[in-house]
Amino acid sequence: MLDLLAQVELRDRSGEGASCVADDGLCPDWIVDNFDRYTDPLLQHVVLTVVSLAIGFSISFGMALLAHRRRWLVAPITQVTGILYTLPSLAVFFLLLPLTGRGNTTAIIALVSYSLLIIFRNVMAGLDNVPEETKDAGRGMGLTDRQLLWRVELPLALPEILAGLRIAATTTVGLATLAFFAGAGGLGEQIFSDIVFKSNVVTAGGLAVLLAVVLDALILLLQRAVTPWTRARAT
Amino acid sequence: MDQGARHVTTTFAFLGQFGDAFEFIFKGQTTREGTEVGGSQFLELTWEHLKLTFAAMAVACAIAVPLGLWLGHMRKGGFLAISVSNVGRAVPSLALIALFVAFLGTGFANVTLALVLLAVPPILTNAYVAVTQVDPDTVDAAQGMGMTGPEVVRKVELPLALPLIFGGIKTSMVNVIATATIAPLAGINTLGDPIINVSGYGDTGRLAAAICVAALAVFTELALGTVQRAVTPEGLKLSTDSASRRMRLRFGREATT
Repeated sequence: MLDLLAQVELRDRSGEGASCVADDGLCPDWIVDNFDRYTDPLLQHVVLTVVSLAIGFSISFGMALLAHRRRWLVAPITQVTGILYTLPSLAVFFLLLPLTGRGNTTAIIALVSYSLLIIFRNVMAGLDNVPEETKDAGRGMGLTDRQLLWRVELPLALPEILAGLRIAATTTVGLATLAFFAGAGGLGEQIFSDIVFKSNVVTAGGLAVLLAVVLDALILLLQRAVTPWTRARAT
Repeated sequence: MDQGARHVTTTFAFLGQFGDAFEFIFKGQTTREGTEVGGSQFLELTWEHLKLTFAAMAVACAIAVPLGLWLGHMRKGGFLAISVSNVGRAVPSLALIALFVAFLGTGFANVTLALVLLAVPPILTNAYVAVTQVDPDTVDAAQGMGMTGPEVVRKVELPLALPLIFGGIKTSMVNVIATATIAPLAGINTLGDPIINVSGYGDTGRLAAAICVAALAVFTELALGTVQRAVTPEGLKLSTDSASRRMRLRFGREATT
């Protein structure tokens, strides 16, 4: 650990509040003065998370639509994504290194593989939860299977689909803090670069938590916007 | 690297770098400094990894299961029991370990405590949800038979809640095993040591450690899954499908069995 830490010199111990910094303390002044060094890692973190979520969502959504019509696919997909979900992402980064090398690709593959089960399961649950009578009514109105899926089943499944996306989003933000092991940077690299310095750990860790909360809130807002009927029912 | 290359010629050569890693796990090698790494040394790392995991899981279960059962039985604190796992998910495990190192210092007890914080939310949420999902008529019947509150919890609610509680324990334990990998940051040499202190082991050692951690996690998932099925009351097995789906719909991932 020590030789790795030595490669990165994060702290500038001169200037105001030097004693606080030297004591590894929690120094507001230092955080304000040095906040700019967290912007790039934060951006990397956002990109990693959003790209992984977008890919993970597309794959799981596609698989769920397939499995919705071909029920026998549900068990194998759940098992395979379940194993991917179980594998610790830190291990996956290094298992992938010989195959995909260091960098964003490796990190994103690992993050995507982790999100598949969460989203797949929620999309399936959402679709399964659509009342049979509603579907019957749709068919009675002359909707084809495809129309039924896109105009009836998916809109009604949206709350659960987006609930899955929220879980996946917060989890991915957390796992992306380990992405620097795969050479993809992110806020974890900042945390790791000086793990005994309270100001650094609190700032980088706090930004990661904040990012998770913001993403979660954004998806919740999206959910409110696209499912106005759920609000009408609640009031 | 030379050492690794010499071993490859024996059995796992066809697997490339992964073959080297398997050699490393089973035979080990001697570094230039003359220390033995891999092989039996990996057993020590695995043992440390398991010790840390079991310590954290024991404390987490001792806190979360009774608390979840009690809150569920009283139908109180639902908001707390559910939101604790939402908040828990948002705190990255690396940040959690780092905060403990920065504020409390390194050491076995500190890392265990950090892992306990990580392990409690899924168990607590699942235990709470499991008890609240017990059919009210069943509880009514138990009370009608003259059972006291604690008896209802012990003889009716706990057995019916067990599968879901084990689901929470499984989620937590796999997560703790994954996170124990970064425990070397806090001075505890788990299987993460070759990953974090790569200079002492080389790339082969790091890959070998990654394989071990992954295998440990999958094994734990399968083993606890078996236990989970074994503790499921016969009557519940029939209706598990619809019940677990209902829970999942309401509470997201943690509430699945």
